[in-house]
Amino acid sequence: MASTETGATGSSATGSGVAGPGAAGSGARGTDAGTDVTGTDDARAAVSVAKDGKPAQDPAAPAAPDETAAEKQAATERDLSGLEAGLDALDTVVIRRASIGQVLLNKVLPPIVAVLLVLLVWQLAVSAGFSDPTKLPSPHAVGQALADRWNNGDLFSIIWTSVQRGLLGFLAALAIGTPLGLVVARVPLVRAAIGPILSGLQSLPSVAWVPAAVIWLGINDSAMYAVILLGAVPSIANGLVSGIDQVPPLYLRAGRTIGATGLRGAWFILLPAALPGYVAGLKQGWAFSWRSLMAAELIASSPDLGVGLGRYLENMREGSDMAGVFLGILLILFVGIAIDQIIFSPLERWVLRSRGLAPGGR
Amino acid sequence: MADTLTSAAERTTESAGYAARLDHVSKAFGTSGTQQLVLDGITLDVRPGEFVCLLGASGCGKSTLLNLVAGLDAPSAGSIATPGGRPALMFQEHALFPWLTAGKNIELTLRLRGVPREARRPEAERLLDLVRLGGAFGKRVHELSGGMRQRVALARALAQDSQLLLMDEPFAALDAITRDVLHDELTRIWSETDLSVIFVTHNVREAVRLAQRVVLLSSRPGRINREWDIDIPHPRRIEDTAVADLSIEITEELRGEIRRHGQH
Repeated sequence: MASTETGATGSSATGSGVAGPGAAGSGARGTDAGTDVTGTDDARAAVSVAKDGKPAQDPAAPAAPDETAAEKQAATERDLSGLEAGLDALDTVVIRRASIGQVLLNKVLPPIVAVLLVLLVWQLAVSAGFSDPTKLPSPHAVGQALADRWNNGDLFSIIWTSVQRGLLGFLAALAIGTPLGLVVARVPLVRAAIGPILSGLQSLPSVAWVPAAVIWLGINDSAMYAVILLGAVPSIANGLVSGIDQVPPLYLRAGRTIGATGLRGAWFILLPAALPGYVAGLKQGWAFSWRSLMAAELIASSPDLGVGLGRYLENMREGSDMAGVFLGILLILFVGIAIDQIIFSPLERWVLRSRGLAPGGR
Repeated sequence: MADTLTSAAERTTESAGYAARLDHVSKAFGTSGTQQLVLDGITLDVRPGEFVCLLGASGCGKSTLLNLVAGLDAPSAGSIATPGGRPALMFQEHALFPWLTAGKNIELTLRLRGVPREARRPEAERLLDLVRLGGAFGKRVHELSGGMRQRVALARALAQDSQLLLMDEPFAALDAITRDVLHDELTRIWSETDLSVIFVTHNVREAVRLAQRVVLLSSRPGRINREWDIDIPHPRRIEDTAVADLSIEITEELRGEIRRHGQH
């Protein structure tokens, strides 16, 4: 900053030539000792030229006007690069990645403490006898139910039945919702026609489709997938629509000036720009998939369906096994969290962080 | 670096011709009932390699004019010719794509221009070197300072390899020190290449510091009010007395123009 000040005073006194070299010395000094020497040499040379009078315009010294001009330019050049290097160094945004210790402390520890607190309150409530054990089982009883399933060997098959159904249904919803969202976002007539319906469908609990799906398709996997699709497709499509709506018009203008129009504009500019909204839609789409599936599994009962988490939960209710019911609820919750944490949150974090929009205000 | 420099005087002034020719260009917005005339009969030739600043207060249609020259919008009347191909355009906001690195932003422009894959990386590196951001290829946009972003945006505009660069108040959002450095940088790059520049600003000193010709636009509707040819030799500084004197003269003219709008 001081260098610019010196430059300013120098130039107002003597005209246009001096300011550059004046700043050059200090600018170069700021960066490293090697350029310091040349910077000062150069400054001296240019100053002496300036004392002769305005070098570029002086008609009395036509002998080497090119040389002085070139010298002056070289000096300005060095001045500029030093100054710019300094500015860049001062302005550069330092991105600090947290150490593993910090991550453990800030990200991993809090949820563990929260879970332990819940377990503690739960255990205290049971020990204090707030409620009879047939209605509120102890954490230990739920743990026992988990151990039973483990020993029985069907814990993973129950979870997997539901998870693979949920993920397959989600992938189908992805394949349908993405083009649907694109068309709704980009074709005004289609948006006018089905945009409101698509938004409205999001507020319709997809469990409401179960009776219809069962009558149309029978109590089988097809009905399950139908319910998942009806739950997840609107979320995914709407996510993409709002992602596209929120693309700053500036990006589209900038895209057009570099020749990204039509399909190339959609592929190189529009879709990548809409990615954050799209990923948020995917995340919500998964949540809706999983919810819809659990509701469908709870309601529809058939040997064709096998035992998934929803069925397991309903079986436990029929047997009045409260510990089993609690285990069912916790497993459904656990799977929902796990899929989100393994797939969707990292995806969202990556998308946002690569754009400098890290979630959680960091 | 120094030997690639050619001074503005040594630069080959192109044979007859123009980088942009605006012939009685008018632009009106709105429906036929409530039409608002934004630009009225703008006639302007930009010579090859010339640096022209368009100067004006709010409502002079500076940005509209650039959009027309850039081909993002069509004039209501008159014609615009840019023989050097689609002009490159730089905005006040850097408008870099945040999902790409600095280098990839430039590579995308090269790709859309049809540069073969293997030539893109070296060309992008060369352009980053030109704006002195040699090490910034892999940097994300949000990791760069405001001045660095505008330099990447300049490199991206240069990647279009157009004869004409349009700049829409590109340094208005920068702090004074950074802006000053970028003025030098732009002058340097302009004098090293055979680029013609139309630079829009409302900052009189910026215009006088950079341009060979300053064109003052009146407001509502935008008309060409007056032009000044500037022969102050480069490198100029914003504090130079010659720059200051001319700035005062132009500012007076601009103020008179603005005052005129308050009188009715």
